[in-house]
Amino acid sequence: MARVTSFQPAPAIPDLRRSISDRRAIWNMILTVGVWIVAILASIPLFSVLYMLISRGGARFSLDLFTQLPPAGFMPGGGFGNAIVGTLVMVLIASLISVPLGILGGVFLGVLSPDSKLAAVTRFLAKTLTGFPSILAGVFVYAWLVLAMRTYSAIAGGVALAVLMLPTIILTAEQAVRMVPQRMKDAAYGMGCTQTQTIWKVVLPTGLPGILTGVMLAIAGAAGESAPLLFTALFSNFWISSLREPTASLSILIYNFSGMPFENQIQLAWAASLVLVLIVLVFNILSRIVGRPRV
Amino acid sequence: MAVNPFDVRGLPGTASAPPSAGDYLTDRVFRYMAAGAGIVVILLVIYILYEIGGQAMPAIGKYGFGFLTTAVWDVSAARFGILGEIWGTLYSSLLALAIAGVFGVAMAIFLTQDFLHARLARVFRTIVEMLAAIPSVVYGLWGIYVVIPAIRPAANWLHDALGFIPFFGTSLSGPGMAPAVIVLSIMVLPTVAAISQDALQLVPYKVKEAAYGMGTTKWEAILKVLLPTASGGIFGALVLGFGRALGETMALAMLIGNSNNISLSLFAPANTLASLLASNFPEAAQIEVEALMYAAMALLAITFVVNVAGTAIMMLTSKQEVN
Repeated sequence: MARVTSFQPAPAIPDLRRSISDRRAIWNMILTVGVWIVAILASIPLFSVLYMLISRGGARFSLDLFTQLPPAGFMPGGGFGNAIVGTLVMVLIASLISVPLGILGGVFLGVLSPDSKLAAVTRFLAKTLTGFPSILAGVFVYAWLVLAMRTYSAIAGGVALAVLMLPTIILTAEQAVRMVPQRMKDAAYGMGCTQTQTIWKVVLPTGLPGILTGVMLAIAGAAGESAPLLFTALFSNFWISSLREPTASLSILIYNFSGMPFENQIQLAWAASLVLVLIVLVFNILSRIVGRPRV
Repeated sequence: MAVNPFDVRGLPGTASAPPSAGDYLTDRVFRYMAAGAGIVVILLVIYILYEIGGQAMPAIGKYGFGFLTTAVWDVSAARFGILGEIWGTLYSSLLALAIAGVFGVAMAIFLTQDFLHARLARVFRTIVEMLAAIPSVVYGLWGIYVVIPAIRPAANWLHDALGFIPFFGTSLSGPGMAPAVIVLSIMVLPTVAAISQDALQLVPYKVKEAAYGMGTTKWEAILKVLLPTASGGIFGALVLGFGRALGETMALAMLIGNSNNISLSLFAPANTLASLLASNFPEAAQIEVEALMYAAMALLAITFVVNVAGTAIMMLTSKQEVN
């Protein structure tokens, strides 16, 4: 019979109560406070921008802004009606090009042949293009269209914006059509639909909220863009009369007026910023409304 | 005569029918069109490279490799070099990425690791998204009239007190590297925060539970388990954020001072490739346009490499998560 010579003392039961003075608890608290400070610091710029837009841009807000042309050097008053129209026209041209193309591309990537080599290359290049510097879209369209047409134009500006919108629309449309459940597509095929009929009658209507979200986000981004317009649409002090002439835009107006030594122009730059941010926000909010899942 | 019992054409009250010849034709046309849309993207990238490359060719032949290693921009003497701009681009982007990386990853942790009530988290998430929605020119305008006046006293105090450190070697007279970097980091922050959030959310919940089960504190779990697990995605976020910073144009053109100047000082004016293009292109004569096309080609090459690397990292890490 084995004799127990000595008992091992039971290991001390760890103190499981949370102690504030514990080094680990203190670190935990410091880091939590730190991350709160980071979050608040990161929010400051947004509120500062919004405050400046409302206080400085709002001070100048009147109907004249929308109906008058930009003033010259020392002139008082004026507005930027032509720039608002120009921005909207160019965004419209860009949408007409990139939305149909982008949705078709998204359908190709998401439904028709998601696993083909062509789809893999297209997807990869579209992802790379989302990080494409916007100014290079301007350089590209300058080299292609501006030199060929021998003039800066709204068309060139619209094409440059379309280059930037296309990858966003393709990738979001792909995600949206992928979300459509396979059983819905199978049901359509079972009824004797061709792939095209399935896409038009089942996939696109079902994926529409997601597709529209992407479209609205792309439009919001394009409306705020300025670098691609600098030397494709240039600027104009007059109302737009044709698509083949230099065209004003809000963002270029802000850029031009921001460096001017005249108080009137600087005020107009702030007011134009307010209008531009409002336009961008409207499309951002629209993207949220249309993208909300319907029950 | 045998009748095909499955041929339901013409029968009343049937919802289904085999496609007609016309249906087959439209189906084929539509599928070719969709494939064509995919091909357009590929052709677009090739054509972009071709056009910018073709326009840059004369300058590449004329100035050769020395264009990248000299820092002169003299239109009247037709001598061009973009070393200053390459330096400014990389320096401003790295500094902005350092700030945006810390803030963006911290913000991603803050938003995904249950620090907040779900409703408050949504408020902060909207704030980050709105930071991304504000146009670049508006940030530029804000930088000129808010950031520069706000940091000038601090900058000049730093220069007076610590001027022997190269980073504070000059005083801030107006536009310069520091305000440009601050605004740039704000603009990159949403990219880094959004992609890092996705990476953190991909970490399975059981991994975190396992860490808690071992008795870690919340932050020990985050720092020792979550971040290493999500490190691939976060690294991809940083690379893509770097790509954004490299190509950012308008705010920098308005804030960095557009001066061909290689300096470590945070308060000296400098220039970047993108803002060189933005400020010189609209009024350039033929000989300068050629040089600018070469500069555009250099910017294209840098951003292309960075973006391809970032996209590839993202694809690899998301594949790992699935396996």
